[in-house]
Amino acid sequence: MFGAGGGTSSYREAEDTDLIILWGSNARETHPIFFHHLLRGVRNGARLIAVDPRRTSSAEWADVWLGIDVGSDIALANAMAREIIHHGLADKQFIARATTGYDEFERCVEQYTLERAEAETGVPAAAIQEVALAYARAERGMICWTLGITEHHNAVDNVVALINLALLTGKVGRYGCGLNPLRGQNNVQGGGDMGAIPARLPGFQDLENPELHEKFARAWGGAQFPHKKGWHLSEMFEAMERGELRSVYIVGENPARSEADQTRAVHLLSGLDHLVVQDIFLTQTAELAHVVLPAAAGWAESEGTVTNSERRVQRVRRALEPPAGARDDIDIICDLARRLGCDWGHPTAEQVWDECRSLSPMHAGMKYSRLEELGGIQWPCPDESHPGTQFLHARLWKDPVEGARAPFHAVEHDPPVDRLTEEFPIRLTTGRRLDSFNTGVQTGGYTSPLRKGEAVLISPEDGERLGIANGERVRASSRRGSVEVDVRYDQSLRPGLAFMTLHFPDQVSTNVLTIDATDPKSGTAEFKASAIRLDKIPVTAAT
Amino acid sequence: MDIRTTGGPATVDEMAAVDGLLGAPEPSHHHVAYGGRALRSERHLLLPVLHAIQDRVGWVSRGALEYACRRLSIPPAEAYGVVSFYARFALERRAQTVEVCDDIVCQLVGGRGEHGVNCLGQCDRAPATLDEVRPVAARPTLGGEIRLLKRVGVVDPESLDSYRDHGGFAALLRAREMGAQAVIREVGESGLLGRGGAAFPTGRKWESVARASARPHYLVCNGDESEPGTFKDRVLMEHDPFALVEGMAIAAFATGCEKGYIYIRDEYPLARRRVAHSIAQARAAGLLDVEIEVRRGAGAYICGEETALFNSIEGKRGEPRNKPPFPVEVGLFGKPTLVNNVETLFNVIDIVNDEFGDTRIFCVSGHVDRPGVYEVPLGTPLRSVLDMAGAANVQCVLLGGAAGSFLTPAQLDVPLSFEGTRAIGATMGSGAVIVFDETADMKKVLLRIARFFRDESCGQCVPCRVGTKRQEEILERMFQARDGDEHADVMLLGDIAQAMRDASICGLGQTAANAIASGLTQLKVLNG
Repeated sequence: MFGAGGGTSSYREAEDTDLIILWGSNARETHPIFFHHLLRGVRNGARLIAVDPRRTSSAEWADVWLGIDVGSDIALANAMAREIIHHGLADKQFIARATTGYDEFERCVEQYTLERAEAETGVPAAAIQEVALAYARAERGMICWTLGITEHHNAVDNVVALINLALLTGKVGRYGCGLNPLRGQNNVQGGGDMGAIPARLPGFQDLENPELHEKFARAWGGAQFPHKKGWHLSEMFEAMERGELRSVYIVGENPARSEADQTRAVHLLSGLDHLVVQDIFLTQTAELAHVVLPAAAGWAESEGTVTNSERRVQRVRRALEPPAGARDDIDIICDLARRLGCDWGHPTAEQVWDECRSLSPMHAGMKYSRLEELGGIQWPCPDESHPGTQFLHARLWKDPVEGARAPFHAVEHDPPVDRLTEEFPIRLTTGRRLDSFNTGVQTGGYTSPLRKGEAVLISPEDGERLGIANGERVRASSRRGSVEVDVRYDQSLRPGLAFMTLHFPDQVSTNVLTIDATDPKSGTAEFKASAIRLDKIPVTAAT
Repeated sequence: MDIRTTGGPATVDEMAAVDGLLGAPEPSHHHVAYGGRALRSERHLLLPVLHAIQDRVGWVSRGALEYACRRLSIPPAEAYGVVSFYARFALERRAQTVEVCDDIVCQLVGGRGEHGVNCLGQCDRAPATLDEVRPVAARPTLGGEIRLLKRVGVVDPESLDSYRDHGGFAALLRAREMGAQAVIREVGESGLLGRGGAAFPTGRKWESVARASARPHYLVCNGDESEPGTFKDRVLMEHDPFALVEGMAIAAFATGCEKGYIYIRDEYPLARRRVAHSIAQARAAGLLDVEIEVRRGAGAYICGEETALFNSIEGKRGEPRNKPPFPVEVGLFGKPTLVNNVETLFNVIDIVNDEFGDTRIFCVSGHVDRPGVYEVPLGTPLRSVLDMAGAANVQCVLLGGAAGSFLTPAQLDVPLSFEGTRAIGATMGSGAVIVFDETADMKKVLLRIARFFRDESCGQCVPCRVGTKRQEEILERMFQARDGDEHADVMLLGDIAQAMRDASICGLGQTAANAIASGLTQLKVLNG
């Protein structure tokens, strides 16, 4: 947010806020730990509003559920902004002091009348207005989102639309207010913070900033490394397609199953000159690899730190020896460096961390002993006397504002790339379920009473209209491919909307159907919006 | 709340019963839905919904329960715990039967059913049955110096005009003129003690609630009269229901209660109907400025305990809460709550009218010629009450109900006052006076009391749940086996009694051994 890649609030604040908008997030099932905090807030009197095409189990807890059509988030957010402005509920003082770009933003959202928003989103105008005013009038209000916002071809614009709402009402930089992307794993936040993304160095520092580049080069003994940002995942696949990327080293990812348009992904990975996979499981991607490096499990077999959604860096300790042959990630990487001609020695996790602290100002004060003492520390923590930061951007409320002002960005509604047509009339969206995780690498080995196997979920109304019975096997097709899958009726879906997960790639390769239209800014694919068709499978008469 | 159901479908009738109470469900919209707090805040309607289902189809099927859960946003497992808690709800289809009371009094006169139920509060016409089609409404036997009972059998209980002709609602108007402070002062100065059994000073309770800063304040009238041998509140509610409404209105006015509940046990259908009718009439006549709602119990003695009663109104299992905090601070729905017994509120009317006299109603039943309610001044000797009711060849008297104690013929001159009874280690409790003549089999009576407590223990805390069960087992062993070690069993019963008294959460467990202990020492039931 405004240059920092993390949620602005703490879990604790969700317990003390007055209103929470859960936007494109089924946190009840996908972020159960955060949802516990959220529920405590609800029990303390907070209103919960859920924005989601499906009436998910999270939405069932909500005071109001807005069931928007897939990919119409910006139309909804802009119309809410317009309502807030027209009712005189914009925080004019905050806007004038702490933000930029408001006038253009106001001109943009002025086009989003309630009538237009109702047409784009499907949500009745009165409900849009109600939620807009409730958010604006709440003393404290939070917006939380996950992949329902980001797995779109215009992911960054979607996020920006939500940021605009918080800036408009002054709901950031104060206790109990904020903007929070919920992270799906214990260390997604940490991965980004440590620079495991194309444009960043450790400490989320800009790779293309010459001064920062110089700082790292000096610290690393004059090491040479690129001045330009690299490719993100989708660009890498494009580069593979063009033949420019011939060797790939994959650590802890399963793109052969998690990528959109799976047929293409497998084809490209199989065609590489050299593929190295480092993982704790022999994943489907590892099965394609030339070399597999068995790794120790990050949460139980190695030392280090992780960073959660509230920016809290926490210690991870080794509880078990890894199985024979599996090695710590640091070990593997240092050994690899040695073979490539760089002797980095045999650093401990703490030594690696201390090096990071010396280069990353936001982690500078977090030495291991303090992390243990304080039960983790929230960044930024610039020195060893600093307690860490509960919520970000308090600076926006200083007079005068400290640092850069927060920019409004006018963004326009842009419907999903995969259009609905007569041939492909059903909107397929994907997501996760409580009992399973992503491609099932970590959860497929366990049973769960909740798990019913993969199926395409449709509304009972669609089932009746298409003459497809609950439990019937059908052929689901998109413009990219087709799979056979069982149908299951689901009350949380409305006519025209279907739902699948990626949990059981061996049963149903959902990603054969999804589209790899990606957001040029974030590189995220539009998993949330494909156009599909369901056909009955013709019965061949027994001879 | 996300509700996972096992999918049993509700029938059209069952859904209609639920919807009849809650209103038709919101028409489903594909793009917007409301729920959350609004839905969850209806949770307290679970018992009324269950009654609606059972009244209509005779039992609560799994499908009906799950439909109710979806409408009220309650996890089915939790709702199942509620249904199965209350004796009056049936989770299985059952044949139409007449329920016959075989509790202490009724079994004396031959009350015996295949499934004998606990006291129905009709000990004046034992053996009692629960027959809602033909409620018994005959004028009760009255005796003594009549004040609280003065309108019973005199006014038409279904006519507001009749009640007003007999001075009704004058006290409410007077109270409003006096102002809340003055009313509380008068109640305090009268020295009125609560008539539910615990005898707490009413004025102090009122003052605490009036002073409490949290809002809203609730008024709860405890009409869950379930102490065996007690039926005075039924008589008052059935025959003078407008007075209860007036008493509640005065209490609510004085203590600043925004809402009142009268919780009436399920076994009192006539009282419930008449009180509800009176509330409606008084409201229509513009006499009520506080909302009063009738809540129907579902067969649980424990709900007479005030915090269990709160839980029951909130739609939960009727399990008592730990005290403190006391209800005047944290009561119904967690808010300051005034809880008064029916008879207590009748007294309030007289206090405001300056007609207060310290009389008390006793429910006399068992081996007497004229069972019924008797109002006498506090301090009247028990013997006078027995004489009025016509008792002869008295073997013993159980004073205060199942949680009370046995008195021998030598103790019958005890004055009926708090001090007088306390001096001989007894209590007036709820005013139950059960008389046993020489023919009564007291072992059977003690066993029945033990069975009553074992049956009615809510099971929440261990001393009571296990203690009441062991108490019954040991008594059975003592009375049946000839060769047991009687002395050791008496010691063991004493230990159990002590554990229940010391460690039970509520009064049920704390007093569950009283009558049995006093019976074993006062009566000739032991061999040795």
